[in-house]
Parts: sequence; structure tokens; C-alpha cells
Amino acid sequence: MASRAATLTLGWTLAPFRIKGFPWIPVSILVGLALIAIFADVLAPHSAEVGSLGARFKPPAWQQGGTSQFLLGTDHLGRDVLSRLIFGARVSMVVGLLAVFVAGSIGTALGILSGYMGKWTDQVLMRITDTWLAIPALTFAIFLAAILGPSEMNIVIILSAVYWTRYARVIRGEVLSLREREFVRLAIVAGCSKWTIMKRHILPNVLNTAIVIASLQLGVVIVAEAALSFLGVGVPPPKPAWGLMLADGKKGLMAGYWWLTVTPGMCIMMMVLSANLLGDWLRVKLDPQLRQL
Amino acid sequence: MKKFILQRLMYSLISLFLLSLTIFLFVRLTGDPTVLLVEPGASKDDMAMIRQQLGLDRPLYVQYATFVADMARGEFGKSFYYRTPVLELYMSRLPSSLLLAAAAMVFSLVIGIPSGILAAVKVGKFWDNAGKIFALLGLSMPQFWVGLLLILFFSVYLGWLPSSGSGTIWHVIMPAFALGWFFAAAHMRITRSSMLEVLGSEYVKLARLKGLPEKRVIVKHALKNALIPVLTLAGINLVLMVNVAVVVETVFAWPGIGRLLYEGIAFRDFPVVQTTVLLSGSMIVVVNLIVDVLYAVIDPRIRLGA
Repeated sequence: MASRAATLTLGWTLAPFRIKGFPWIPVSILVGLALIAIFADVLAPHSAEVGSLGARFKPPAWQQGGTSQFLLGTDHLGRDVLSRLIFGARVSMVVGLLAVFVAGSIGTALGILSGYMGKWTDQVLMRITDTWLAIPALTFAIFLAAILGPSEMNIVIILSAVYWTRYARVIRGEVLSLREREFVRLAIVAGCSKWTIMKRHILPNVLNTAIVIASLQLGVVIVAEAALSFLGVGVPPPKPAWGLMLADGKKGLMAGYWWLTVTPGMCIMMMVLSANLLGDWLRVKLDPQLRQL
Repeated sequence: MKKFILQRLMYSLISLFLLSLTIFLFVRLTGDPTVLLVEPGASKDDMAMIRQQLGLDRPLYVQYATFVADMARGEFGKSFYYRTPVLELYMSRLPSSLLLAAAAMVFSLVIGIPSGILAAVKVGKFWDNAGKIFALLGLSMPQFWVGLLLILFFSVYLGWLPSSGSGTIWHVIMPAFALGWFFAAAHMRITRSSMLEVLGSEYVKLARLKGLPEKRVIVKHALKNALIPVLTLAGINLVLMVNVAVVVETVFAWPGIGRLLYEGIAFRDFPVVQTTVLLSGSMIVVVNLIVDVLYAVIDPRIRLGA
């Protein structure tokens, strides 16, 4: 049902961002962000969580009043923005990848089960999927966050619980047609159990689709994490998360402290944009069925 | 036809049942619901008393029956913070949300449809690429960040528009843009693909063969049919906009349902959170039902295929 609503795919390819067909720019941005996340301790010039109140609201180095000590300025507690951005990459990467992986595993497993078992298993699982798809994802996530309370682990649980539905829907459809194929029938004749068929014969054939959905969902999940943190039910302060930094930055917005709002948003946008471009490319590459879309 | 509508109605009822069950179970199975349902700072004795009052010591199925019966009577509990029935609060905020959604919808259609047509007519040319980048940004920039940037530029630097609140037409411009951009991208994308499909059809070829000028072919013949899926999506998105505006409404302090949900979290006002989620899910289930039935009325293939 919700597939008719706004989806986060572009549906057509973006040549300008590619060199010889491969999306080099988005991939290098993602790899770069991953490296920054891994080596955050080495790269960050200051502590991300402790600042000095004497150095509050310092503008970036190139602006009047800025110092080279704080390249991108400081926030309302005198913490170095650059260091917080660097450690924020870690939060976004870890939460985003983990949530996509867990949601993808749940959704793929349920999709295969629903599609292959059919009958009442299918009915029950698909009704649940439809219902969960009907609740706007962010609203549902906020509801769960309000129950579970804010922590990084809880966000991963919440986002996985909310975003598995798309995998289940799409993969179920694919399994329905795989089930009728010759190799599956032969496996049944050969006496394979249902579990063996699902694991050995069906799963490898839907993995490509799962990867495509996962890459397109990475952007969605990162934005959702940022939104939850922004609303105060995501990553708890003083941890440096980009969404949290935007919430803090709002305090200095009316005074014109632009760097607190512009820089974290840029980071989110770059990461999401790259994930979307990579997802679009993967989709064309890995999923011949979707190529016509 | 009757069978189809009955079947869809059945599905929707099951969805509503599962929706209420999901919310009911999540609240009760993830910890002591008394902590959520009782005002913060209540003493242990108070909690025990309230637990009994709310019937939380009774078996789960009895609790669920009460929960559903209350909802059916429109009793969603009282807000801790405002001390008024939650439904009343919800209804008082709904008009603002509808206004914002309508404005965002107008914006998203005014931008989305023409740019989608342009992209379809000039595939691979400048306008197509410009449209792609516009859509890509709309899908990749978090709505609340767009909102913050707008405030920074138009309120702080230029001083043209009010940064928050509601009341005048000036207040609605920035939130509508922040909310609408994402949907403009979605509308553009579907206009483009629908237009491309229609432009490749037999009757458009015939219109061209007849020697009609290109402009007339596009405006009179292609556009009419290409817009059907766009308007369907727009209808669904309008409901979605009412329910997903929480971050945008928070940024602009817009007094809608999203803001109500945010206040619900901020003040630990659980009845408000629960009701908002329940009603927004129900709203979407109902709209999906209406769309399914309307589609079946228009297109016999759907009701026969089902």
C-alpha cells in the first residue's frame, strides 16, 4: 500500500555523478566518512564532549573573531565543532549501518518465510507488514523512542523495528515467483526440507534485492536518526551526533551563529546524498527487474 | 464489486485491530506502563493505587478490551500537561496541520508537475538534469535542516519572514517549503515517469501522425492521462504530510499535530503521544481503503484481478 506513497528512490540514473559508469564521487565520500569515523580519536583536534565556557560561540577560523585553534568554531558550551563533527560521523555510521543490517535481516527472513510458506503464515505476516507500513515511520519511531528512552542502542532497535517492512514486502513478491521456478521444484523432488530450500536455494537469489533496498534505506535511516536526536529522543547529550548538534545549534540561530546549523546539516546531506547515489547505481547494476522502473 | 469492497474493508479492519494491538502491547511489554501513564514524580503508593485504578493489575486481554472500548467511545485519556481530553487537543491542532499540509501540497505540485513534464519532454537535456539535481537534493536534505537554513537566511539575515509561530500568510511560507520540497521531488519523479509512459503510447503517436503541433499533443492529449497517477499520489501524500510534519512543526513552532506529538515527548505526556500515533496510523489506513475502492471503481481490472 505505502509503495504508492513517496519513496526515496530517484528512478532514473544520474550520469553527472559518475566516472566511467562507477559512482566514484559518492563512494569516495562514504569511504572517507567511514575512515573519519574509525580514526576519530586520532583526527579530532579537541575533546568532543568537553569544552571551555570561556571559548563559547567562537566563529570559524576565517571569520573575524575566529582562531586557528577552532577551525570550524565552537558551540554554546565552548566545544570544538570540528571535533564534534568528526565523532558525529561515528555515531551516524554505526547507527545507520547497524540499523540497516538488522532491519534487512529481519525483513529478508520474514519476506522469505511469508513468500515460501504461503497460506496463513503469509496472511498473518503480510497483514502485520501492511499495518506497520501504515504508521508513518518517523511517528512510529518517536512513539517507540518515548517508550524505550534515549540511547544509541535503543535507536538501533527502534529503527530496525520500524524499517524492516519494505524488505519483507519486496522480497516476498520475489520469492513468490522464485517458488515456481524449476530449480526449487527439483530441490523439493530431491527431498530437501523447507528450511534447506529457503536457506540454500531462495536466500542467495534474493540477496541482491536486499542489498539494493539496504543501500537505498541507509539514507532514510540516517535522516531518521538525526531527526530523533534533533527532537531529543535519539542519541542522548553530550554525545556528539549530527542531529543533536543541529538541535543545539538552534539556540544560536537567531543570533546568527550560522556555523552551528550549516556544518552538521552539510555532513548529513553529504552522507545521505552519497548513499542515495550509490543505491541508485547498485539498483541498476544488481537488479535487472528494477531496471525498467 | 461488492465482494472487493467487503474484502478491502475486512483488511482495513484487521489493520486497525493490529495497529491498536501493536501500540497496546508495546506500551505494556517494554516495561511498567504505570511509569508512562502516570504523571512524572508520583510516589510509590500513588503508583500502586493508580495501577489498580487503570486496571493494570488485570489480565492483558481484559485490559485490551477496555482499551479498545474506550477508543471506540472516543475516550483517549487526559493530557497530563494540558489537563484536557487528548481528543479535544488533537482536534484543536488539526486545522493548523491541514493548513500547512495544503500549502506544502500546493507548493509541491506547482514545482513538481511542470518540472516533471519538462524533464519528460526534454529527456537527457539541461532541464532534465536540473530537475534531477533538484529532486536529489529534496530527497537528501533533512526537512528540519532545510527549515533551519530558511530561518537563517530569510529571518536572521534578510529579516523578511517571521522565524516561528503562525497567524499570517507570511508564517506559512517557510514551513510549507521545508515540508514540501521532499514531496515536490516525489511528485516530479512520478510526473516524469508517467508522462514518459503516455508519450510512448499509441494514441499519442496517432495524434502526432495526424500532424498536431507538439504543444497541443503534450498539453491536450498526453497530460490529461499522465496526471491521474500524480493526483492519486498527491492525495495520499496530503494525509502523509499532516502526519509527518513533526520535525518541521517543531522547527517553526507551528501549532499542529506534529508539534503536539513533540510536546507529548518533551513533557512526558504519554496519553498525547499514544493518541497521536494511533490516530495518524488510523487516518492512513482509512485513506488507503478509500484509494483502493476508488481505483476499483475506475478500473475494472483491479477489482477483477483481486
